[in-house]
Amino acid sequence: MSRAISRRNLAVAALILLLVAPLVLPEFYVTLLNYVGLSSIVALGLVLLTGIAGQTSFGQAAFVGIGAYTTAVATTFFAISPWLSLPAGLALTFVVALFLGFITLRLSGHYLPLATIGWGIAIFYLFGNLELLGKYSGIAEIPPLRILGVPLGDGRAFYFLIWTITLLALLAARNLLDSRCGRAIRALKGRTTMAQSFGVNTARLKIVVFIYAALLAALSGWLYAHFLRFVSPQPFDVNAGIDYLFMAVIGGSTQVWGSVLGAAVLTLLQEWLKDLLPKVMEQSGNFEIIAFGLLIIVILHRTPDGLVPYFARLIPLDSKRMLPLSARPLSARAQPRQGEPLLEVRRLSKRFAALAAVRELSFAMRAGEIVGLIGPNGAGKSTVFNLITGVLPIDSGEVAFRGERIQHLPGREIVRRGIARTFQHVNVLPALSALENAAIGAHLRGRAGVLSASLRLDRAEDASLRQEAMRRLDDVGLRNQMLDAAGTLPFGSQRMLEVARALCADPLLLLLDEPAAGLRYREKQALADLISRLRAGGLSILLVEHDMEFVMGLVDRLVVMNFGEKLAEGSPREIQSNAAVVEAYLGSVA
Amino acid sequence: MDFAIALWLSQDAVTNGAIYALLALALVIVYTVTRVILVPQGEFITYAALSLATLQAGRVPGTVYLLIIAGLAVIVLDAPALARRKAWGGFMASVGWNALLPLLVAGSAWLSASRPDDLAVGVLVTLAIVTPMGAMLYRLAFAPLANASVLVLLIVAVAAHYLMTGFGLIFFGGEGLRTRPFSDLQFQLGILNITGQSIVIVAASVILVVMLAALFGRTVYGKALRATAINRVGARLVGISIQFAGRLSFALAALIGAASGILISPITTLYYDTGFLISLKGFVGAIIGGMTSYPLAAIGSLLVGFLESYSSFWASAFKDSIVFTLIIPVLLWRSLTTQRTEEDEEI
Repeated sequence: MSRAISRRNLAVAALILLLVAPLVLPEFYVTLLNYVGLSSIVALGLVLLTGIAGQTSFGQAAFVGIGAYTTAVATTFFAISPWLSLPAGLALTFVVALFLGFITLRLSGHYLPLATIGWGIAIFYLFGNLELLGKYSGIAEIPPLRILGVPLGDGRAFYFLIWTITLLALLAARNLLDSRCGRAIRALKGRTTMAQSFGVNTARLKIVVFIYAALLAALSGWLYAHFLRFVSPQPFDVNAGIDYLFMAVIGGSTQVWGSVLGAAVLTLLQEWLKDLLPKVMEQSGNFEIIAFGLLIIVILHRTPDGLVPYFARLIPLDSKRMLPLSARPLSARAQPRQGEPLLEVRRLSKRFAALAAVRELSFAMRAGEIVGLIGPNGAGKSTVFNLITGVLPIDSGEVAFRGERIQHLPGREIVRRGIARTFQHVNVLPALSALENAAIGAHLRGRAGVLSASLRLDRAEDASLRQEAMRRLDDVGLRNQMLDAAGTLPFGSQRMLEVARALCADPLLLLLDEPAAGLRYREKQALADLISRLRAGGLSILLVEHDMEFVMGLVDRLVVMNFGEKLAEGSPREIQSNAAVVEAYLGSVA
Repeated sequence: MDFAIALWLSQDAVTNGAIYALLALALVIVYTVTRVILVPQGEFITYAALSLATLQAGRVPGTVYLLIIAGLAVIVLDAPALARRKAWGGFMASVGWNALLPLLVAGSAWLSASRPDDLAVGVLVTLAIVTPMGAMLYRLAFAPLANASVLVLLIVAVAAHYLMTGFGLIFFGGEGLRTRPFSDLQFQLGILNITGQSIVIVAASVILVVMLAALFGRTVYGKALRATAINRVGARLVGISIQFAGRLSFALAALIGAASGILISPITTLYYDTGFLISLKGFVGAIIGGMTSYPLAAIGSLLVGFLESYSSFWASAFKDSIVFTLIIPVLLWRSLTTQRTEEDEEI
């Protein structure tokens, strides 16, 4: 461990290099570094949008174009100050991105990349055909930026502005990812059902991230226009959009710093190929594009996760330490009075095509009860959970929680009312720590948004959320694994993490979907202890389980399902002697 | 627009739509088996069309040399692992497929170039040049990344597209080429003027689709591909090699791309980079079909054909823009009506 480099020292070294570079490098390389900075800002947006939130966009160059053209027109034709055209460009980008995001982010999976190619082409033609925008020849002689009346005329002066903004954007993105919204954003990639179950409005959040990425692109465009002092449509076409995506992926699309590394490698590579290759090949052919394609393939073969993880292996960094928190505890809701009606399911039905998964199921729970929902495989137990928590729409019937009908509410509204759940198939974010995973459960108990998180104004609240997560992880026995990546935890611990996350939502009713499946004997005992303790604290629990021994010792009542229907209901003792239940489980004795 | 023009445009639409449907099928096969969005599909089209045109001009196309070089690269990459396992049989097979076959193809290309008027030989040689390239492309670019994310595979596919376009420019130059028509036949059917070439295209497409259906429905290889497409892990557990399924699906895609290129080259002037736009339209068709359903992909491609044909009548300069813009509402409708569950999403 003594050879590990501290993160702080690495950051200081990088900063010194950045400061010294323009003083010693020739103008040509300073210009290149300016381009690297400009691209980094755009690629950073793609890291957030594509690498982390899982929404692939080929259209970022179009947003760079909007930022660049807005300031070009405003400052050149209308003599407006660039410092006013920046907010104007960002506002325009906001409106365009909101509109595009609203239509295209509904297109899940592969529809989105195609749609982004579509709008990229459309905006490119718009730039090229509008008289106001100078058609394909573009707009020249854009006024320079002035800071305190001093024009930023040359590349060296501009260098400091570009890199200050780039570093600030990187810091803001890092802050964002380490926050309540950041954790929710990470869940957008393939874990939206889980996120919704803890109150995240995933559709809205996708649009927010999309706009965030678009605004970064527009900011880069504004800088570009005043740095180059000339704009034309070509740098904003779909090919440029593809290049930005290349940068994000080559750098490491799940890492904030990947954007800088990817931008640097790609910019230098393209420059080098353009410069060097014709000399080597002694003819100007189109060998660049071949060499470029080949190098991209080779790099990704070597390091499919991008260059940042590759270098991270070479440079050992000290591991993150967790400071003990002394945050203000979150306020918890009061549990309902024991015996008060809590959950009532009436004539609930759900069909999947020809299969009736749940048929006319009715049962009720009172506050403080532990009820087991049991039945053979395929009896429809998990479907009942999904219907209660709004993951699946119901066909008919009614679900009432504390007297309020909730069957048509989306999942995120149901959890707001106090129903939290675990998932039968462990549904955690493997790359995040157990602590961060658990904190997702407390999403609705915080309020901080994307902006306050980026500016680090959310620290007090976030500390409270993390403290709650730590407390709950401690409750389930994961005290010593809090900082481990959830994906590296043993299966049993991941199950307990599911429970801790659900507890973070401060539920009145906890739904446990096969919590003991795959657990070893000792783990089962620990789980049974935990459930008993929770009951003592007044929490009501509905659990689906297969392990009869486990269930019988814990629950107050059992509801038995078979082929989607209720077969029996009663105390464990009654159920054990029920002939129909025995037959369903063991088959009829001939 | 009168009825005769409408009919004529429809004939055009069906002809183009048939090609897009073929390409869409290829994209769906490759995507479901390997999760790769085959961006370089367009290069198979141009390589085939321009290779045939070069043969008809009496010269050996550069694609032949690419085939030989790519084959050698595959052997070099395969050799260490095969030698370590002492799998000499596997090594001989690799040499056979990747060195002898390309040399054989090169020989026949040379023969074909000396008989430029023999259409059938030219077509067969062209198919033999392009089809193995598919399998080699998979081995060289995608096989080492079998566990990578869809995003990384997509980026590699774009890089491979750049690479192959660059080679295309070197082999064929910037000039557009056309091949000689398969048939000069023209006849009137009512008010409709039908060309032999459209009949050839539609008939060849139908035959190819029937052959694919037979492959997937009746042969063990086709069934292995289907099994891999439905469940990669499960297919592996019953002994289907992911690598083999990948090579086979890419070879099929290359064959389909080559056939499409050969079919359209008499009616469209193709440049070294034209293939991309054509395959993009096939991609649109495949996407309308949700990237997983063959019949829907075919219907989607016909729709693209009609959109393109009619928009080229109203505003030919904006033909491509219109196709891609009008596709958005279709996509929106698809995404709103398709129920997706979380577990289906590949990350």
